[in-house]
Amino acid sequence: MRRKVNQAINLSDYKDIWVIGEQREGKIHPVTTELIGEAKKLAEGTANQVMAVVAGHKIEEEVEKLLYYGVDKVYYINSPLLETFSTDGYSKAIAELILEKKPEIVLVGATSIGRDIGPRLAAKIGTGLVADCTKLEIDPSDGKLLQTRPAFGGNLMATIICPKNRPQMATVRPGVMKKAVHEANAVGIVETVSPTLKAEDIAARVVEMIQSGKKRVNLTDAKIIVSGGRGIKGPEGFDLIKALADKLGGEVGSSRACVDCGWIDHMHQVGQTGTTVRPVVYIACGISGAIQHLAGMSDSDYIIAINTDPEAPIFKVCDYGIVGDLKEVIPAMMEEVDKLNVFEL
Amino acid sequence: MKIIVCLKQVPDTNEVRINQETGTLIRDGVPSIINPDDKNALEEALRIKAAHDCTVTVISMGPPQAKDALKEALAMGADEAILLSDRAFGGSDTWATATVLAAAIEKIGSYDIILCGRQAIDGDTAQVGPEIAEFLNIPQVTYAKKIDFKDGKAIVTRYTETGDYVIESKMPVLLTAIKELNVPRYPTVKGILNAYAPGSDNISVWGIDDLTIDATQIGLKGSPTNVYKSFVPTKSKTNEMIDGLNGKEKAAKLIGKLSDLKLI
Ligand SMILES: Cc1cc2nc3c(=O)[nH]c(=O)nc-3n(C[C@H](O)[C@H](O)[C@H](O)COP(=O)(O)OP(=O)(O)OC[C@H]3O[C@@H](n4cnc5c(N)ncnc54)[C@H](O)[C@@H]3O)c2cc1C
Ligand SMILES: Cc1cc2nc3c(=O)[nH]c(=O)nc-3n(C[C@H](O)[C@H](O)[C@H](O)COP(=O)(O)OP(=O)(O)OC[C@H]3O[C@@H](n4cnc5c(N)ncnc54)[C@H](O)[C@@H]3O)c2cc1C
Repeated sequence: MRRKVNQAINLSDYKDIWVIGEQREGKIHPVTTELIGEAKKLAEGTANQVMAVVAGHKIEEEVEKLLYYGVDKVYYINSPLLETFSTDGYSKAIAELILEKKPEIVLVGATSIGRDIGPRLAAKIGTGLVADCTKLEIDPSDGKLLQTRPAFGGNLMATIICPKNRPQMATVRPGVMKKAVHEANAVGIVETVSPTLKAEDIAARVVEMIQSGKKRVNLTDAKIIVSGGRGIKGPEGFDLIKALADKLGGEVGSSRACVDCGWIDHMHQVGQTGTTVRPVVYIACGISGAIQHLAGMSDSDYIIAINTDPEAPIFKVCDYGIVGDLKEVIPAMMEEVDKLNVFEL
Repeated sequence: MKIIVCLKQVPDTNEVRINQETGTLIRDGVPSIINPDDKNALEEALRIKAAHDCTVTVISMGPPQAKDALKEALAMGADEAILLSDRAFGGSDTWATATVLAAAIEKIGSYDIILCGRQAIDGDTAQVGPEIAEFLNIPQVTYAKKIDFKDGKAIVTRYTETGDYVIESKMPVLLTAIKELNVPRYPTVKGILNAYAPGSDNISVWGIDDLTIDATQIGLKGSPTNVYKSFVPTKSKTNEMIDGLNGKEKAAKLIGKLSDLKLI
């Protein structure tokens, strides 16, 4: 039966902030602790508790780890039918629990899996969903959730509300919110729930998982990222980028132009259709600074730009800019770093 | 087999400019295009049509100008095009948009595959596809990069950040396309001539009265989410250009600054 929105529900029946924990092949996805960090921030000074929901099977130990991030409760939806991911199984099981417990806010990671089940959940429950949020706040006047997100390829930011329906649901972009702190002691409890799921409910099932095989780059957690753009002129340009990244203990990023040219794998792409990063230092080498690239790195603490074109838009958003040829500047930077290290000895 | 492709007309966001004073989008003179992922969806439908016996219907909800996108789809090889256009649909969020599209799909009926793009480049939510699937009560596979059929089931490879999943789904199924799925074709001359022939009235237009739909669930009023405010992203940055005689000198100054700030 199809649910409806705007049914004049009693908003005060809804409480607590829920985080839909994502697990892949039995391991909790890092976005989950980011969502918990954000949920705790939103719950501060209110009566709301922070709860996580994890669907799966035989992952008790992994689920208990979440208690060290300061959640009040973890609902563990346990069923053999949830051992591998399915949109049908996960969304049915989680929607059922949301409808029963009535949380006020539900946060989902905007990963390729979260963006698959998020809208399915909202449609099952009968509420709105705000996509790919980069900022969440509580309106102090009436307690509603202000959900801010980029649209039009990052050219515009919009704050969206969901005034008449509950829960207020958002998918949250990975890499943007601060992770919850890992505490020495666990608080909270795990409550195991059995869903009313039947095998026939799952119409689409995973029959094979193909690991990408390549070494995974961890751009999201990197403190320093050195990124190359079309200005590096060819795949071998990444040798220079990597040399600097290695020297600084950082990771290699890329603009989409280089990915599209086949110079580097998509895993390295920073931006709207790549990874969102917020390292302490982001060094953009030979990157013009297109809005879609900026959408993925403009929250970095310090942005450094190296570009031959003094008019390149990247200089408008950088902290320090060098007009120059990266083939000259990068080796010179590496020499200077070597000198520093000598002094430290 | 019957395939229905949902196609959105969007402003080319590469061309979108911002009025810095008012913080609004300047849409004048910005070309409208078929949403890029939707072209991949249509291309896939046409490839399935070439290999199997089936028809391809394209539908779009939007203002009358969205007919241009549908004409282009016909020129590419779609069999039938329907525009869903009515004042009552205006201001729809993804819930309301999916409600209208699902009602149209139900009216078309006896479909085997619904193809959508993963995401529209203007609203950028990637929510409409999965919401349609829920309203139709059919399975979905999003982020599709390869689609095959075997024993009456769809075998779909879907992207994830850590590796692909191969998913076997019952039909009917809703699939959302990403650009890795295929390379969209250009319309043929014959296709263009047929689609754009003067006086050719090859696009049906359906309004609210043509659909079985709950009017409380569509348009601005039926939308659970509302835009509260919008603004141009602003950045406050030190914005210091490092000067020097040559790259070497600039590099030395930069590293000096980063070291002073204890960043390296
Ligand atoms: C829907 C959509 C999504 C997108 N998503 C992304 C995304 O996620 N990430 C992304 O990055 N892009 C994305 N893009 C593409 C984006 O619009 C730009 O095309 C892309 O970022 C440009 O990459 P670039 O800066 O490397 O190349 P260019 O724009 O070609 O810039 C190259 C720069 O290198 C400089 N240069 C040349 N030689 C040298 C040298 N020797 N030393 C120093 N500098 C030099 C040039 O002055 C120039 O500024 C997207 C586009 C669309 C339409
Ligand atoms: C700044 C801004 C922010 C917004 N934020 C939200 C939000 O967070 N949540 C929300 O619910 N709504 C939001 N909306 C409203 C939303 O953009 C519209 O509902 C829009 O009609 C559909 O969403 P989308 O463009 O994101 O499409 P997507 O969900 O990204 O589109 C996916 C696919 O669905 C199909 N499709 C989508 N629209 C149509 C159509 N009209 N006709 C045919 N096929 C179509 C296409 O195949 C498309 O590739 C926002 C609107 C604006 C202007």
